[in-house]
Amino acid sequence: MADYDDIPTLKENIDRATVDSVRSLDVDKYKYGFETDIESDMAPKGLSEDTVRFISAKKNEPQWMLDWRLEAYARWLTMTEPNWAKVHYPKIDLQDMYFYAAPKSTPAPTSLDEVDPELLKMYDKLGIPLKEREILAGVERPKVAVDAVMDSVSVVTTFREELSKVGIIFCSISEAIREYPELVQKYLASVVPVSDNYYATLNCAVFTDGSFVYIPKGVRCPMELSTYFRINEKKTGQFERTLIIAEADSYVSYLEGCTAPMRDENQLHAAVVELVALENAEIKYSTVQNWYPGDKDGKGGIYNFVTKRGDCRGDNSKISWTQVETGSAITWKYPSCILRGDGSRGEFYSIAISNGYQQVDSGTKMIHLGKNTSSRIIAKGIAAGFSDNTYRGQVSAHAKAKNARNFTQCDSLLIGDKCGAHTVPYIESRNGTAVFEHEATTSKISDDQMFYCAQRGLDEEEAVALIVNGFVRDVLQHLPMEFMVETQKLISISLEGSVG
Amino acid sequence: MTTPILEIRNLHARIEDREILKGVNLIIPPGEVHAVMGRNGSGKSTLSYVLAGKEDYEITDGEVLLDGENLLDMEPHERAAAGLFLAFQYPIEIPGVATMTFLKAAINSQRKARGEGELSTPDFMRAVKTAGTELNIDTDMLKRPLNVGFSGGEKKRAEVLQMALLQPKMCILDETDSGLDIDALQVVSKGVNALRNGNRSMLVITHYQRLLNHIVPDVVHVFSDGRIVESGDKDLALQLEAKGYADFDGAAA
Ligand SMILES: Nc1ncnc2c1ncn2[C@@H]1O[C@H](COP(=O)(O)OP(=O)(O)O)[C@@H](O)[C@H]1O
Ligand SMILES: [Mg+2]
Repeated sequence: MADYDDIPTLKENIDRATVDSVRSLDVDKYKYGFETDIESDMAPKGLSEDTVRFISAKKNEPQWMLDWRLEAYARWLTMTEPNWAKVHYPKIDLQDMYFYAAPKSTPAPTSLDEVDPELLKMYDKLGIPLKEREILAGVERPKVAVDAVMDSVSVVTTFREELSKVGIIFCSISEAIREYPELVQKYLASVVPVSDNYYATLNCAVFTDGSFVYIPKGVRCPMELSTYFRINEKKTGQFERTLIIAEADSYVSYLEGCTAPMRDENQLHAAVVELVALENAEIKYSTVQNWYPGDKDGKGGIYNFVTKRGDCRGDNSKISWTQVETGSAITWKYPSCILRGDGSRGEFYSIAISNGYQQVDSGTKMIHLGKNTSSRIIAKGIAAGFSDNTYRGQVSAHAKAKNARNFTQCDSLLIGDKCGAHTVPYIESRNGTAVFEHEATTSKISDDQMFYCAQRGLDEEEAVALIVNGFVRDVLQHLPMEFMVETQKLISISLEGSVG
Repeated sequence: MTTPILEIRNLHARIEDREILKGVNLIIPPGEVHAVMGRNGSGKSTLSYVLAGKEDYEITDGEVLLDGENLLDMEPHERAAAGLFLAFQYPIEIPGVATMTFLKAAINSQRKARGEGELSTPDFMRAVKTAGTELNIDTDMLKRPLNVGFSGGEKKRAEVLQMALLQPKMCILDETDSGLDIDALQVVSKGVNALRNGNRSMLVITHYQRLLNHIVPDVVHVFSDGRIVESGDKDLALQLEAKGYADFDGAAA
């Protein structure tokens, strides 16, 4: 198998091209000064204390929140970007970026005729209704768009009414900061500390959007909570902040993202997601991420640097992450669990697909602190084209974590011989009673398998889709039912053109 | 004259620099079962792969018609949809894909290629159940990933099950008897015989005569060094068994 490193010139060209396309996005077309203008919809370009103040003011935030952000910003100035992930990308010039309402590089399309036909083909295959396609593709036809937004707003309102009957809070993080300051102050950055890592600290200073969920004691959330509507309502920000709190004996299942590819002008995404599960509570967090991976030459995709962490704070609590990653030019994310409560359990089920020139570095951390804690990791990486796919996982047991148990299964599937898959497990046990098991496999779709499938009538794409869906079966079944079928379709589509 | 289901004319094929098929000629009319017998390494499996379109081979001469259509111009999956089925000597494992799922995908993509609608799930289930019962294949086996951990007998039964469901015009069975005990051989042969009809033709490849006691052929061909060197009725198989292949080697030279 050829490793990505074997083709440096090609890779440099891609990096170059990505830089160029990012440059052309901002620099030439918009020349704004540095004065702070609250009335403007745009923050001044670049990052400074002024940018942070502007964002906080725009969000009508209380003083404590502004102070918190400024402190994070001061901290961030002392930090350096991590470089240990196995991803390569040109340096991102933060002073050349907009942190609030970035201007569009090109005028928004006014009809679907002006939208990238490849994107439309994909919507078609996913069976997305016309109206939604327009919104996803960013078509600005005020009438239609407004109607659709109204639709989703009213759906959300109905939702929220039903939820509030049982005491559940589901709103934007900005709203929570204004309406539920005690909860936010108590839990924000209690899982991912402000100084956790370069991107997380940056997020603290400049986050603009995200969700807040609060499930009261003993309540089982009656429906799947989804960001889907909220994203339709408004373009997702590049620095999202999500906070989910499950009080004792409660349960919630939360779904982030959607299978449709989102066009987005923002190149860098650095979200922070924090989950807190108290005694006996369970949080299921599923992500289907399908951001624009860049065109077939690797140009213009999104960089996704995310910090996701769950804290099993109470005894016998449970947090389970399920993710399907098919998008982004570069993905760097490690949804993790801190198993603090005795008998708590963490799970991580992941499907990471890379094609074209995508680079994925993803995995999880299971930190066993409490007694009798257990964790389970099933990671399936699929690499096609010229892509590079790394699983990076850490499992550790603290001295007090008696009888900690982990099972890790890590499988890679390679399609073609120009891609790479890597497994980097770190295992650390300071406890003689801990039992950690790790299994890893790497396989290829063989010519014999392709020929066998062809002999039964399947064309190459059908054969690859069938084999890949078989490969990810154990993870797929952990997704909420209604997303399983969609995800299967998405997997086939993501791998189109990967053979032959 | 009716169009033969399979017509092979002067077929030459090589792998890398080695010529394996050296002028195969064979005509199989509708409804007939032909056996090809020959010693190991004579090129029987190569013939079946070349017909099915495996890409490792270079065809240097000759022509193949499937029901009058030029087979060699088609992609492997198009040949399948056109009605060519190969029961593999060594069936390939497809991990994670339940046998049932695989069957459904295969049937529906062939139907799609022929411009027919997808089979409804109840119709599909009924067809699988009927064919499965015949071959002693239960639902548990259908839930297992295709060929993964299957015994020799299970693999061959699964091949015949696929053949039964896909309803091909032309069946090629490559050493379907290998790795089978006598009971399994009977089950598989019964399954194959049930598929014989006036329109469907079969090419049964074997190097043991015993299979032909169960699947009785209309014509027997002796294959040696990449070509057919002798043809006759089913008694030719018995002669071969008695005298060995040596008598036929070089017969056509
Ligand atoms: N991939 C290959 N590369 C080179 N030679 C091959 C390959 N596959 C088969 N052969 C050779 O072709 C000849 C015919 O093989 P095969 O068709 O499998 O014979 P049979 O099925 O009659 O036993 C043998 O000599 C075998 O070694
Ligand atoms: Mg053979």
